Amino acid sequence: MTNLLDVEHLKQYFPIRTGFAKTTPLKAVDDISFSIRHGETLGLVGESGCGKTTVGRSVLRLYEPTDGKVYFEGTEITRSNIKSMRRQMQMVFQDPYSSLNPRMTVEDIIGEPLDVHRMYSNSKERREKILNLMELVGLNAEHATRYAHEFSGGQRQRIGIARALAVNPKFIVCDEPVSALDVSIQAQVINMFEELQDKLGVAYLFIAHDLLVVRHISNRIAVMYLGHMVELADSDELMDHPIHPYTESLLSAVPIPDPETARHKQRIVLEGDVPSPLNMPTGCPFRTRCRYATAKCAEEMPDFTDRGNGHFVACHVK
Amino acid sequence: MEQKQYEHLLSVRDLHTHFSTENGTVSAVNGVNFNLDAGKVLGIVGESGSGKSVTAYSVMRILSENGWIDQGEILYKGDNIVKWSEKEMQSFRGRCVSIIFQDPMTSLNPVFTIGNQLKEAITLHTAKRGKEAYDRAVELISLVGINEPEKRMRQYPYQLSGGMRQRIMIAMALACEPDILIADEPTTALDVTIQAQILELMQSLQKKMGMAIIMVTHDLGVIAEICDEIIVMYGGRICERGTADEIFYNPHHEYTKGLLRSIPTMNSKKQKLVPISGTPINMLNMPAGCAFCPRCDAAMKICLEEIPEELFINENHKASCWINVRDGKGFETLPETAEKEETAK
Repeated sequence: MTNLLDVEHLKQYFPIRTGFAKTTPLKAVDDISFSIRHGETLGLVGESGCGKTTVGRSVLRLYEPTDGKVYFEGTEITRSNIKSMRRQMQMVFQDPYSSLNPRMTVEDIIGEPLDVHRMYSNSKERREKILNLMELVGLNAEHATRYAHEFSGGQRQRIGIARALAVNPKFIVCDEPVSALDVSIQAQVINMFEELQDKLGVAYLFIAHDLLVVRHISNRIAVMYLGHMVELADSDELMDHPIHPYTESLLSAVPIPDPETARHKQRIVLEGDVPSPLNMPTGCPFRTRCRYATAKCAEEMPDFTDRGNGHFVACHVK
Repeated sequence: MEQKQYEHLLSVRDLHTHFSTENGTVSAVNGVNFNLDAGKVLGIVGESGSGKSVTAYSVMRILSENGWIDQGEILYKGDNIVKWSEKEMQSFRGRCVSIIFQDPMTSLNPVFTIGNQLKEAITLHTAKRGKEAYDRAVELISLVGINEPEKRMRQYPYQLSGGMRQRIMIAMALACEPDILIADEPTTALDVTIQAQILELMQSLQKKMGMAIIMVTHDLGVIAEICDEIIVMYGGRICERGTADEIFYNPHHEYTKGLLRSIPTMNSKKQKLVPISGTPINMLNMPAGCAFCPRCDAAMKICLEEIPEELFINENHKASCWINVRDGKGFETLPETAEKEETAK
């Protein structure tokens, strides 16, 4: 069976003005390849500015990729067929406050994708579909005529998810869907994502910076650093046996809500900050902060190779 | 200053902080009590609207214009600072208690250099002037682990990364070597690797300078890593307090239990998370009884009607939950200490 989504050598550069009549390409995503299987959740983690959101958007062609190919169920996604493709792929945004139109009722927000893709024959059917979707995400039918500001953060995120589900997509890009929510509400939304996947078989690209949340929801996890993918593996494998030094330090930096483990943990504190993507180090992007860095790391970009059982790593040393 | 006898470095007693809003008066903090001793790290954890930040701001008396301390005492070395004049407070802030805020992007002034802002804090609170103040600022920048301090003195906030700005904020807060440092979500806006750097820095500075820290956060992971004592707040009240081990391994309030069940941990492989049902509290419409009862699965009749009292679970642990009263857990005073007092007499 083919994969749901194949991304090959995706590059996304943005021109940045660095002087009078002079632009420098900002390499937000540089040569990334991965695939997502049917009904799978791929977690994508990394620090801010590493390009994880850009990957999500380029895959949906919200940005026009600079280079590389994206295949959805074996068909290349091009500009000409994007509308039919978007029926299959949707997005849930991070901020439930700014991603919903304040002047539209819940019914219209959820109904908009149905209108765009003409997915109903009469207004009764439209209404029925909307109410079904609202029930699916745990909203009351009486909420249909209300406006977004009348809801709490968790409920707004449910509206955003209902909107994404309206066209029966096979794939949803979730860009930090729980980061803006309170701790006690996060679990409600995470559980809902899982239940919807069980029920509808939808695949997720789950972008987040909270590693514990990502581990909980993902089958596989990919780690990004400065526009490059440095490691990709099954979530337990990645968490228990990280290979890349960056993943190692990222994992050790996660504060663990357990005093006993916290006391015995060795924190690997990275020196310095992430280099500017406008002024990337030569060779391996992580070498400036890596404690194992060698001369070879400065010269050559390491290949992203399979170290067995689908555990991909890009590192010369490890 | 005369030496006064005092029991705790900071002692907050029955603090009530109110805000007037268009929709009526909101009581953001309702009867909070806690003590803080020198060199200790106290964590205040809760979700948005729990009153954790307002508690911290009340201690500094930096509430917004529509807020006021309605009732209660804040004793710093035995003196009630609630009664102090604004002038007295100005010498108190910075020298006795300092604060760092969540967002290092907005808490520095964008039009002044780092050096300018650091020197301002130093000249305002200490006797150092001119070259002396400059040297102190340079010393502070290197203290918080930033290289090339002289160059940084000339730079503007936009030229620094988020982690570095937070370090500058810490340097500014430590300018007068305060007894207490309040950190209001200091790492929430930062990435995990930078968060680890900042936490490490705060811990090492605390060891070096021996100050007490009040850590306000919603991140249970951060709390577990650095706090000696933890206060869990909900709806402006303290639900539970105790040492980190007691709170994480022996929770006795339904909210704390729910919170711990709802977060993914390193060990919970594919266990299902148990969310807390319902939505966060509406402070304008507080229930008569326990603030958490509308979301509590185990709520009883009494929970709706009466506010539970805080009872001892053991010497390191107190909780305010009617369930403990029902189950016969918890004491008004500890039996052992009562006995000790008897024998002492």
